[in-house]
Amino acid sequence: MKTCLTAIISSLMIFSPMAYADKWSDQFPHIKATGDIPGDCSYEKMSKKNYKGKTLKINTHAIPVMGEPTALHAEQFEKLTGAKVEVTHTPAGDLYSKAMVPFQAGQAPYDIVFGFSNFINDWKRYLAPVPKKYMNSPEMKDVTKSHMGVSSWDGTMYQYPVDGDRHYLKYRKDVIDNPEMQKKYKADTGNELRVPRTWKEYAQMAKYFNDWDWDGDGEKEYGSAEVMKKDDLMFAAFFSRSVAYAKNPRTPGGFFFDLETMKPNINNPGFVEALTDWVEATKYVPPGGTNFGLGDEIGSFGGGQTLFSFSWDDAFIAAMQDDSPIKNKVGAAPLPGADKVWNRVSNSWENQYNQAPYIVWGWAVGVAKKSKVKDMAFDYLCFFSNGANHQADLAIGRFGVNPFKNSDFDPNIYINSMGWDPEIANSYTKTLLDMEKSNNRVFPLRVPGVFEFTSAVATGTSKALAGQLSPQEALDEVAKEWEAIVSRVGKKAVQDAYAVGVKMEDNKL
Amino acid sequence: MNFKHKYFFLFPGLFVLIGILIFPIIFVVRLSLSGWNSYNPGLDYIGLENYIRLFTDDPRFWESFFRLSFLSVTTVILQYVIGFALAHMVWKDIKFKRFFRVLFLVPMMTTPVIMTVIWRTFFHESLGPVNDLLSVFGVAPKWLTDPVIAKFTVIIVEVWQWTPFMFLLLLAGLLSLPKEPFLAAAIDGASPVRKFIYVTFPLMAPISIGAIIIRLIEASKIMDTVYVLTSGGPGTSTETSSFYIFIKGLREFQMGYAASMSFTYLIIMIISLTIIAKVLTKVLLKE
Repeated sequence: MKTCLTAIISSLMIFSPMAYADKWSDQFPHIKATGDIPGDCSYEKMSKKNYKGKTLKINTHAIPVMGEPTALHAEQFEKLTGAKVEVTHTPAGDLYSKAMVPFQAGQAPYDIVFGFSNFINDWKRYLAPVPKKYMNSPEMKDVTKSHMGVSSWDGTMYQYPVDGDRHYLKYRKDVIDNPEMQKKYKADTGNELRVPRTWKEYAQMAKYFNDWDWDGDGEKEYGSAEVMKKDDLMFAAFFSRSVAYAKNPRTPGGFFFDLETMKPNINNPGFVEALTDWVEATKYVPPGGTNFGLGDEIGSFGGGQTLFSFSWDDAFIAAMQDDSPIKNKVGAAPLPGADKVWNRVSNSWENQYNQAPYIVWGWAVGVAKKSKVKDMAFDYLCFFSNGANHQADLAIGRFGVNPFKNSDFDPNIYINSMGWDPEIANSYTKTLLDMEKSNNRVFPLRVPGVFEFTSAVATGTSKALAGQLSPQEALDEVAKEWEAIVSRVGKKAVQDAYAVGVKMEDNKL
Repeated sequence: MNFKHKYFFLFPGLFVLIGILIFPIIFVVRLSLSGWNSYNPGLDYIGLENYIRLFTDDPRFWESFFRLSFLSVTTVILQYVIGFALAHMVWKDIKFKRFFRVLFLVPMMTTPVIMTVIWRTFFHESLGPVNDLLSVFGVAPKWLTDPVIAKFTVIIVEVWQWTPFMFLLLLAGLLSLPKEPFLAAAIDGASPVRKFIYVTFPLMAPISIGAIIIRLIEASKIMDTVYVLTSGGPGTSTETSSFYIFIKGLREFQMGYAASMSFTYLIIMIISLTIIAKVLTKVLLKE
């Protein structure tokens, strides 16, 4: 009897977290896979808060990317705390100005503003630093070093981590790993069919697999889906293609500029080589591919139209969702490298293999310094990214929430709760983790007037893609524009801000 | 009798005029003399620096202006010709006249941004139905990715959206024409073509000038179609002045510089539209 009683009590103790999780997942089906996960901002903890009579105003992106989880977690937060949460959805291109106009006018119509992590330099003076209470929480301690850096400015965190972004290669595993295809490719080209190590290999394979039905579905498939639409994040795609040729681990002191002189590197032979490759890529994208924005790229690769793609996680997650025709047929790998890298000090090519991860800017969110409900705002953000919400959000491609915590690199999360093939889950987490460990990372440009710099890149590269200018002419134009911007903003202001990014790239922060 | 108090009644109208017209223009002029941007907010004074940059170091603004001129003149001419033809058709006693009059107005009543998204889907080169249909004939135009064809895609969407406006104005004009000249022409045995050339068209000239000028003003602000359809691409091949000003002002947050471009653009438009109106009056009314 005693033994039996002990067993019952032990069972209750062991399974109590599960019972406790069930209580919340019954009420909030979004977290049904995990239930509530204990933590500082768990469902249980939030339910103890009382924000009745208080209103939280949020400006976020349009639905679905980031807009949908913002609204979903706002609704949950309202139910748990009694607060009223008003969510405004804004197109990506207007997120910056919608916050910046009232910021500059000394107003705070929104308590929480969503934007991109590279806004940090322009926004930081209007944002409240993340309080120590949250900085010391176990959830925050779990955030990767890269993303702590991306969310912070010289050691002070202004943006609450809710998303982690990087660019990596996505490929059709059922083609690249297919022995028959490998044989056919070898016979036709004399080369090995494998995950491309360099952009040149990427181009060869993409060209070979372009414009024919290689998966036997009755539709033609194409080589690569890329973000090439002008002003629609295309500059980030260009930097992804540039890092292999232009980020030399032996020449610290700046990828975008020479930190000492603030002379732009953007038109050096490394970047020109990348743009030349990109112009060539217009021949192996699907029809209309040179007008693909991020949504098109996700739809194209995620829908099984192309062999390759590279950019944010979304296309990969979309391809691995249950409703995808290519679930468990895709692989993740680091961005291709190059067989040569430009040395901007010796002004010559180094003929050795180089690869560099691009920790691209991603979604970021901050609390307005002038907000009157800062505590509630930070609680909301902490709740947004609590363990249960984060794991559930990761599984939904359209949410745009990607791994940024060390615990996210456990392949079992993807195998058990998302039904991924173990081999794919392992390659995915390994790819992301290796980027974290790399000593040759490139971080986004985060200097005053960042939009002027990136807009100039978008204009110049799009002129090259459209055939209006040669790659060298296009990048010379960008370099000239960058010099003019530096001179307008003030060399010292740009240099000081850029130095913070260079410290991260040179592994000194 | 003292009528001075009558000026008191002018104040409300004057106040509204100052508030919604004069103040914004003065503010734009003042803003254009400042260096307001994302890193330097505030109305500092930098003199004519923005204007000097615009006139000496920004060929992209002028390229976008000439592109705009081409797009707006082409779209308005097409809208005028098609609008006139449709108005003329339903002006006559035809079957289902009322149905057609309403039908032709539908595009104008739809939301431009939403319709442009739908057009973008139509013209999508790998997923859109237009190329699907055209593939039967073995053609697949690059609607949005060829620098020349993309301009015509913008024109197609603009013409579709705004021809009904021209149609409406011209139909109202046709319905208000006096009957006598047409009766006289009929008695003289004039053919329908001669009647149109010598009676309808001259009588419609004043209304046509008004309609063309109104549409030119609107067409010169073309922005949403370009924004949604091409983002000004490929390259800069469909970038218009208003889209370029939008990029500089609200994307790059160069508010001072964007204000100087807006004001310059306003002056150019006032001058050029005045000249166009004079020329049209001289040609069509044979003054």
